[in-house]
Amino acid sequence: MLLTVNNMHVSYGAIKALQGISISVKGGDCIAIVGGNGAGKTTLLKIISGLLKPSEGSITFNNKNIVGMEPYNVAAEGIAHVPEGRRVFSALSVLDNLIMGSYLPSAKKDRSQSLEYMFSLFPKLEERQHQLAGTLSGGEQQMLAVARGLMLKPKLLMLDEPSSGLAPIIVEQMYEKLAEVHAQSSMTMIVVEQNVPVALSLADRGYVLENGSVMLSGNSNDLLNNPGVKEAYLGF
Amino acid sequence: MAEIVPQIIVSGLLIGGVYALVSVGLSLLFGVVDIVNFAHGEFLMLGMYTTYWIWVFSGVDPLITLIISIPVMFLTGALLMKYLFKRVIDASPLTQIFLTVGLQILLQNVALMAFSANYRTIQVVYNEIVWNIGGVTIQISRLIAFFIAILLSIILWLFLTRTDMGKAMKASQLDRETAKLMGINTDKIFMIAAGISAAITGAAGTAISTFFYVFPTVGVSFGLMAYITVILGGLGNLKGAFVGGLLIGVAEAFGVQYVGADSGLLLAFIIFIVLLTIKPQGLFSKGVA
Repeated sequence: MLLTVNNMHVSYGAIKALQGISISVKGGDCIAIVGGNGAGKTTLLKIISGLLKPSEGSITFNNKNIVGMEPYNVAAEGIAHVPEGRRVFSALSVLDNLIMGSYLPSAKKDRSQSLEYMFSLFPKLEERQHQLAGTLSGGEQQMLAVARGLMLKPKLLMLDEPSSGLAPIIVEQMYEKLAEVHAQSSMTMIVVEQNVPVALSLADRGYVLENGSVMLSGNSNDLLNNPGVKEAYLGF
Repeated sequence: MAEIVPQIIVSGLLIGGVYALVSVGLSLLFGVVDIVNFAHGEFLMLGMYTTYWIWVFSGVDPLITLIISIPVMFLTGALLMKYLFKRVIDASPLTQIFLTVGLQILLQNVALMAFSANYRTIQVVYNEIVWNIGGVTIQISRLIAFFIAILLSIILWLFLTRTDMGKAMKASQLDRETAKLMGINTDKIFMIAAGISAAITGAAGTAISTFFYVFPTVGVSFGLMAYITVILGGLGNLKGAFVGGLLIGVAEAFGVQYVGADSGLLLAFIIFIVLLTIKPQGLFSKGVA
């Protein structure tokens, strides 16, 4: 297993955000973590990347315990977290945003190749490389956020709601690109989504979270055909 | 009356360059780390004393002392960040003010205890040299101070816009959490930002040491001036701080000429209050802060 999260508990004050979540991800896998608002999806990603500290539980990445590590050290271990809401560096240019993605020495040495790859993947970003990131459209900003994450050359790419706030056609394009990256480099991915069908169509496996616990898990196809999932998230 | 206007502007710009550098130092720390450092003027004071004592014991030109004073002040700033400022980064502004005002009082009194309240001066041969260009007189030592300030500002600007670390500083300023996700060690970035803030302000102290008295509270007026400038330029806006510094220098020079030698900053303060009333976000900020 590349990543194993075991019995994770987190509380915000009296509110329990995660109540004993366990997930595991094999190298080369793409998994989806789906569920409604407040299910604990974002919290789980933040715990893995070190932005939040758990009250209980363990995380093993690449046979190394990463609980309690600073986020910049987790990034250096090979985990790229593309946060919710894009969070591009608005007052930096598109190019400088990508350069920030390859800030770590391990990523910096391949910077020019990575840039080339990103520009072939997202030609819009090459066109707009000298524009300030804040002036991009929502869809372009999301592409930039994903590209910036890929610039880290991570072993694991974690995407938080890449579809949020985007038009359906843009979501489709976005997921085509993600599928392309996954197919070409067999990059391990975790995709967190409220948009359940689109995430499960990309992923091999999925976890359904509810109130901070894993409700269901299994192959994407099984989950898509699960009556409970159909009723709660697919609307039929 | 009008024929002295060019002289006033030149004099104002020369000292304004130094104000600009001091203000950029304050604005950098505020912008990147989000701390208002009330002990900022004391960096200038420490820089001046460092230069003064090296000059006393070695007799080298004050400008040469920059080789030592810049690293010493950088280290001072970085260590203050690591052991002091870091503890209040997420605290309320009031807590930050208590800490940095306390630090200001501490540094002034340590200087008083160690160096006494005496006004000290550094004598250099070029102190008295004055150039006269088209009726405008320029004191060489002030011209040198101006060039040091401009040179350091340009180096800082190149660092911030052309190097990975400079961009990482900007990224940390824009979004600390996301910067960390990129693998940027923001704690280290903050130490470097504080180090640079102290180093360039100390260097400004060195630059003016040939024509300014060195004494324990010399930093107070410079610190005050820097707060005005930084607010005038828009908090955390380095370009604004730089231009603001030059403006305040010129305003002060006009004040000295037309209001009185002791009330030079009076005019600067009046401009400050008027501008804040018209444009509370500062001169160079876009939209509402």
